[in-house]
Amino acid sequence: MKNFTKGLWKNHPVFRQLLGMCPSLAVTTSAMNGISMGLAVIFVLFFSSLVVSLIKKIVPHQVRIAVYTVIIATFVTIVDLFLKAQFPEISRALGPYIPLIIVNCIILGRCEAFASKNNLRSSLSDALGMGFGFCWGLFLLGSIREIFGTGSILGIMIMPANYNPLIIMILPAGAFLVLGLLVAVMNKIEE
Amino acid sequence: MKEVIRITSVLTLVCIICGLLLAVVYGLANEKIEINKEKRIEEALTILAPEAINVEELTIETETIYKLSNQKRNLIGYGFIASGQGYQGKIKMLVVTDKLLEYIKGIEVVESLETPGLGAKIQKDPFKNQFRNLSITKDIICIKNDTPKESQIKAITGATVSSRAVVNTLNKRIKRIREILNKN
Repeated sequence: MKNFTKGLWKNHPVFRQLLGMCPSLAVTTSAMNGISMGLAVIFVLFFSSLVVSLIKKIVPHQVRIAVYTVIIATFVTIVDLFLKAQFPEISRALGPYIPLIIVNCIILGRCEAFASKNNLRSSLSDALGMGFGFCWGLFLLGSIREIFGTGSILGIMIMPANYNPLIIMILPAGAFLVLGLLVAVMNKIEE
Repeated sequence: MKEVIRITSVLTLVCIICGLLLAVVYGLANEKIEINKEKRIEEALTILAPEAINVEELTIETETIYKLSNQKRNLIGYGFIASGQGYQGKIKMLVVTDKLLEYIKGIEVVESLETPGLGAKIQKDPFKNQFRNLSITKDIICIKNDTPKESQIKAITGATVSSRAVVNTLNKRIKRIREILNKN
């Protein structure tokens, strides 16, 4: 249980460990993109941790990173093909960022730091905790940027009609601003 | 020596298993992906030429051209795919022209990897609508300032590369399609 909850708050991958910055900043132009990316990462993280934890005893120490990378790449490609086949809209919106999950350091980081040293049960709860933590982090980032950048949330208009969208919020600079503020808020709460 | 064999065999085994798994998933997904791509082109055709009831797919000199005709089976124009290098990756568009290749009826981006918020605006109306009824008797020119005149397109602010890529791809492609259609 502790393995699960630490990823959600105390060791939050985005706001506390500052891992996986590339997807966090790049895809969160809308809340929906944030959730889709988060779900894809949960899937990859869960199955990679599962496999890595199962084969930890037979993988030679010298080639462990290569083996983990092959495993992660396999699951990422499966997600990519699945989205292209079933959800072409989401696949188009996320574009090249899905294949880039391969180099998302949260996944390799959790495989190396946790799944390869712990039993299956703890590894899976750790993966799910980190995955859901990443997911809500991206959803929050995406929501804030979408609300101020376009005046809507999940595609539904919520700001008054005369609201003038702050374009900077959906540009890369907005991503850094919102992330910085959220990290500051997290630090303040934890103090 | 024993160690080398162990390392090599584990790595090979992992790669083989992953490869097989991917082959299976690819086999299951590929058909659906191809259907989705075709559907996207069909959708784009309906948007650009709603009056085209009959669409005939021609293959001339390895190029695919959609011959569009209305209810009375009169030829109203041609549709074809134009793709070229954009800022981050390939831009693939569907173009619909009149039957004499004198003007473009419209373009629709079917695939692109341009920057969200900047280059991705090539898919949005303000940019796309500039191509509606655009004369193509001369090459299209992409301009940065001023109001665009005949055969001119105003580039998206902050995404000149993407805008130029669209225009250049179109010019090249229209030339080629014109050659093919004149010959046949």
